Amino acid sequence: MTGTALTAARQGLISCGACGLLARAAAPAEAGFCPRCGARLHRRHPDSIQQSWALGVAAAVCFIPANVLPVMVTDALGSSTPDTILGGVAFLYSSGSWPLALIVLVASFMIPLGKLLSMGWLLIAIRRGIRGGERQRMRLHRIVRAVGPWSMLDVFVATFTVALVQLDPLMSVEPGLGVLFFAAVVVLTMLAAESLDPRLLWDRDEIEPRHD
Amino acid sequence: MARMHQTADIIACPGCDLLQRLPPVPLGARARCPRCGEILAAPPMDPIERPLALAVAAAITFGVAQATPLMSLSAVGRSAQTTIIGGALEMWSQGQPITAALVLICTTLAPGAYLTLVCTLLLAVRRPPAPSWAGALLRLAGHARAWSLPEVMLLGILVALVKIADLASVDPGVGLFATGALLALLAGLATSFDPRTIWDRVAWPTQDTPRGPGASLAEHAGGTAAR
Repeated sequence: MTGTALTAARQGLISCGACGLLARAAAPAEAGFCPRCGARLHRRHPDSIQQSWALGVAAAVCFIPANVLPVMVTDALGSSTPDTILGGVAFLYSSGSWPLALIVLVASFMIPLGKLLSMGWLLIAIRRGIRGGERQRMRLHRIVRAVGPWSMLDVFVATFTVALVQLDPLMSVEPGLGVLFFAAVVVLTMLAAESLDPRLLWDRDEIEPRHD
Repeated sequence: MARMHQTADIIACPGCDLLQRLPPVPLGARARCPRCGEILAAPPMDPIERPLALAVAAAITFGVAQATPLMSLSAVGRSAQTTIIGGALEMWSQGQPITAALVLICTTLAPGAYLTLVCTLLLAVRRPPAPSWAGALLRLAGHARAWSLPEVMLLGILVALVKIADLASVDPGVGLFATGALLALLAGLATSFDPRTIWDRVAWPTQDTPRGPGASLAEHAGGTAAR
């Protein structure tokens, strides 16, 4: 049914991105504004693919320092120990709390990596115009958007560990540069997923102004 | 017979752009797009009073969670405690201003803005017609909700507690329990607050033509769609 689906775009209609009202484009070249809420109308999120790629690639670049650089540095009795994300997982595992180790591993490492790979696959599928499996890709896009915030977990772990463990001169924890890159990965992947207009996953013909 | 919720008939699915006629949806039920599965309508049983009660309760709980210490730590006669904002401030003073700002946005500013906006909105749309500025608040509330992450913060605090528990004794504070209660209230608010219902109550800016060009043309398109 996807080949002949009657979409708003094929009828010269636009669904307002803010309030959902179905409106007709003011002119073929200029979509205009929503008559109800006044938001600017777009047939599709403008520059959706380019923005999504740019943000996704930036996130992938930040993912490397986020995992290599320490997120926390523990100073205890004169000696300082750097702690990376995966090091923190190993610490939790060896201290006996493997459920938490698993949560941190999934939230901090597997979710960001899975998000980057999923975004890449969705963008390639749109570019190639791959048919079939739109529903699965739609579900993937929904999952990517839903789990996105959970990878902020390690940023909060670092923040509250640093805030609490300030027992100078006995022991103190300082944030490392890794936490900044890690926060960047999370924010950039969240923005990349938001930029990707899901309707592009379904579009079968160019969304151009129609004159007929 | 269940009460029905009536909206503008013809809509385009926000997920896949499929044009469809939305049937009357029973209150408390959900309508999904047949093609992509996106939720098109989920009118709650009690769209104003219940979310308003939850939002006010959540705002009070949020205030308590922000003002009281999350947890305190003691080791060899020394002790330290922190609040949510204290965590962000400590990050700032340790040379991480960007991370500190992000933490402050996700734990304090965005949830605070969201609850303020939702309370204002629900009070404003209680008596129809709803003011046209309600739409702007609704849009802002959506952005604020997307960036408020109290549930992730709570899990982060719990992980931090377990990590620290080996080194020193940690006592959970009032703020931690208040945050837990806040999550329950926010979950209730999420299921009872329906932006689509609010949009249907928002007055159109042009009062002399209550049905604007978009709606009349949508009806025209509906005729085409039904062909």
